[in-house]
Amino acid sequence: MTDASAAPQSSAHSGSLHEVDARTRRRNAQEARFKAYGIGAITIGLVALVILLWAILSNGIPAFQRAVVQIDMTVTQEQFDAAEGTLFKTREYEALFVSALTDELNAAGINADLESDALERLLGKVGGTIRQFYRDNPDQLGQPVQFELAAASRVDRYFKGTLKREDIGPENRFIQPADFDVADAMREAGLMKQVFDWNFITGVDTGVDNPGGAGIGASVLGSFFMMFVVLVLALPIGVAASIYLEEFAPKNRFTDFIEVNISNLAAVPSIVFGILGLAVFIQFMHLPQSAPLVGGLVLTLMTLPTIIISTRASLKAVPPSIRDAALGVGASKMQSVFHHVLPLAAPGILTGTIIGLAQALGETAPLLLIGMVGFVARYPDTFLGGLEGPNSAMPAQIYNWAARSDPVFTEKAWGGIIILLVFLLAMNIIAIILRRRFERRW
Amino acid sequence: MSAFWLFLLVLGIAAVSFVIGRGRAMQSASGDARNLHSLPVYYGANAAIFVIVPSLIVLVVWMLVQPMVVGSRIQASIPDEMVRDGSTIGLMMSDVRRLADGLDLAVAEGVMDEEFASSMRTDLTDVRGRLGDVGVALGSDVSSTILRAAQQLREANAAWYNWRSIVVIALALAGLAYAYSKTHKDFRARNTVEQVTLYLLIAAASIAILTTIGILLSLIFNTLEFFRLYPASEFFFLLEWAPSFSGRGGSSSLGVLPLLWGTFYISLVALAVAVPIGLLSAIYLSEYASPGVRAFAKPLLEVLAGIPTIVYGLFALLTVGPFLVTFFGQDGYLGVNWMGGGTAVMTAGLVMGIMLIPFVSSLSDDIINAVPQAMRDGSLGLGATKSETIKQVVLPAALPGIVGAILLAASRAIGETMIVVLGAGAAARLSMNPFDAMTTVTAKIVSQLTGDSDFASPEALVAFALGMTLFVITLGLNVFALYIVRKYREQYE
Repeated sequence: MTDASAAPQSSAHSGSLHEVDARTRRRNAQEARFKAYGIGAITIGLVALVILLWAILSNGIPAFQRAVVQIDMTVTQEQFDAAEGTLFKTREYEALFVSALTDELNAAGINADLESDALERLLGKVGGTIRQFYRDNPDQLGQPVQFELAAASRVDRYFKGTLKREDIGPENRFIQPADFDVADAMREAGLMKQVFDWNFITGVDTGVDNPGGAGIGASVLGSFFMMFVVLVLALPIGVAASIYLEEFAPKNRFTDFIEVNISNLAAVPSIVFGILGLAVFIQFMHLPQSAPLVGGLVLTLMTLPTIIISTRASLKAVPPSIRDAALGVGASKMQSVFHHVLPLAAPGILTGTIIGLAQALGETAPLLLIGMVGFVARYPDTFLGGLEGPNSAMPAQIYNWAARSDPVFTEKAWGGIIILLVFLLAMNIIAIILRRRFERRW
Repeated sequence: MSAFWLFLLVLGIAAVSFVIGRGRAMQSASGDARNLHSLPVYYGANAAIFVIVPSLIVLVVWMLVQPMVVGSRIQASIPDEMVRDGSTIGLMMSDVRRLADGLDLAVAEGVMDEEFASSMRTDLTDVRGRLGDVGVALGSDVSSTILRAAQQLREANAAWYNWRSIVVIALALAGLAYAYSKTHKDFRARNTVEQVTLYLLIAAASIAILTTIGILLSLIFNTLEFFRLYPASEFFFLLEWAPSFSGRGGSSSLGVLPLLWGTFYISLVALAVAVPIGLLSAIYLSEYASPGVRAFAKPLLEVLAGIPTIVYGLFALLTVGPFLVTFFGQDGYLGVNWMGGGTAVMTAGLVMGIMLIPFVSSLSDDIINAVPQAMRDGSLGLGATKSETIKQVVLPAALPGIVGAILLAASRAIGETMIVVLGAGAAARLSMNPFDAMTTVTAKIVSQLTGDSDFASPEALVAFALGMTLFVITLGLNVFALYIVRKYREQYE
């Protein structure tokens, strides 16, 4: 026996073990505190996510709605001919519209005499729209037609609650306090209502004079063209590079150099790729500015490291026995890779590619440098025109709207973010499903 | 013939060649594939390769060389005294090219016929107006010298295009003939095809190197050009950033220090948010959380990493900035009036910190999980509590890896663009107040290159010097971080 246990020291337990002494209590409290820090950190992270999503949804959903006025009116052939014969044609149509509107208002029991200025404040210039309709559809003359005309952006914002009555002074030339009474009355009578704004999804960007009519459609198409370029270039190049590095490359300096390059490129800030695109593709190779083709090329270079890294991981996951079996029955090395390893790795490659594409879809900074922030108000006519012609892309369009001062554009920017996130969500879900469905564990 | 159609034609010849090559191989094997050295498809592919490879190489080289050769000839033909004051021969050549492209477009759209385009004269026709109709905007009125040069350029190009078509098609046909003569049942077609495939794979892998070279060259050349126009000592040591907007040089002060200060300040705020939160979440998730909580919280945190930066930028500009102003701004709840507007170092830093949380947490998670379980068990067996084990055993063991993760996060923060463009403000200043608007290197790259200033002015070229600064800093941080992480990983393997 040693005497180590003979003399208990004063700092050790002297009482019952069931009784917690001060030091243990302090240590336990410390333990609980530390755990609480961890829970707190995760809560902060999740709360930040919730606030972010809430900000996006609460600010963005109004962008999908739009206040419209629905009016049934009939224009006869005589009225059409008479209007076309005058000097101020649109004013004639406006007069016709006002009389139809007044009829409906009277029928609904609203007494409002609309002079042309008030109408313009509520609805913008309607005469041109109506004239254009009848010039395009002369067969509709003499028949009742239901017109759905967009209300002015301030009326729209009033209905959405982002513009308060008290924000507007009597000297405001865009809207008068009295107009709100008319708008309220029209809403009560069902003449003015909020409908889903398809134009926001399918439309094109507009200038500052018509913020309510701006849509994201053309830039969605621009993004699609870029993703097409990225897919066509980055997938084959990335897969080929991964196959070489994973299956054929000898262990030498050249291979090491490629590896170092790939891992560094994955961490280069995206704006540097924008500088590369500007200097090489636009200044040196004279490719067109603002074109989805150039945007796609830049994003390809950016996405390549992501695709290469994930493709190599899925090639590595294919067990060597597959290669050995193929070689054993007389396949060449190339055949064993292309006929056996690659098909087995395909689901993983596809998943990685989709995630890389999703990253590229949300990238903004390089697009600003190659000029994809211009104001583009039309859809491309042809496929080649879509690739080469100037266009915007979803994130660049959102940036563009955010940089304008009109609050209607701000709302559009949030709405655009919802659309962008829906695309990203869809791509990520597809990637998850592919992974779940086809992933093989060896 | 345009390059696109020429390319399609070559592909067509290759397809024909494929069929011919395959057929000839089968014929030489008297219809029985077992007599062949390789599978029949390899003979076809081999024949197609003989057509495609030489002709496409020539096509690509031709496309690169022709503009240089033709351009320098036209340039030599412009007499020096015709160059206007305030202009250079280079600027004039770009006018010439734009005009020639415009004429091509006008002919293609049928606005003018070929003969008219090549014979029109400035004193008889309003060139600028006619081209404006087809959407080609020319900066200034077209002088007769430039129009003459553009017409010569088009003539020369047309002649070269004809030669190009002839040479490429001849090469393709020669390849077809050569493949036909070589194809025989004993020819080792598979070996050739696989060799070519291997070269293609190597070429694809080399694109990573080419990209790096491209980045370096475009940065270095433009940075040198910038330093020729603007003294390097001022760029590095001047404490003021005030580009003149006229683009006419002289009065601009382009010191990088205020921008670097803004960049580091914002990154510091971002890291002060992201590192504690990310690290503590990673510790909780890997050491305490039940599998259910982990499966729920980890993917949700990683959603933050998948959200595009433009979304964070908008969030900073429109939500966080105004929110901070209600506390720290004029008439704010705290009554301190520190904040002049929504855009500030704090705004951008906080939002960037949120963006970096998942980045820090998932990297630290990997590193903490890599610490061997035996070390934890030893510490717990000696009677340490879980938190003592983490603080005194796991974290010290994981420290180098965590430092690496923080450095990687710092490099992300320094290179981040959209959040600072929207959230940090546009004024460059050296201030200690985190509620002041400041600007960063990335934000200024965007603003200097998206403005209207001429690409040859120091105000635009400075963006490349800024890009070079950014590239060097982030590359250094990354290399250092990867070195630390790699060294650490080996320690426990």
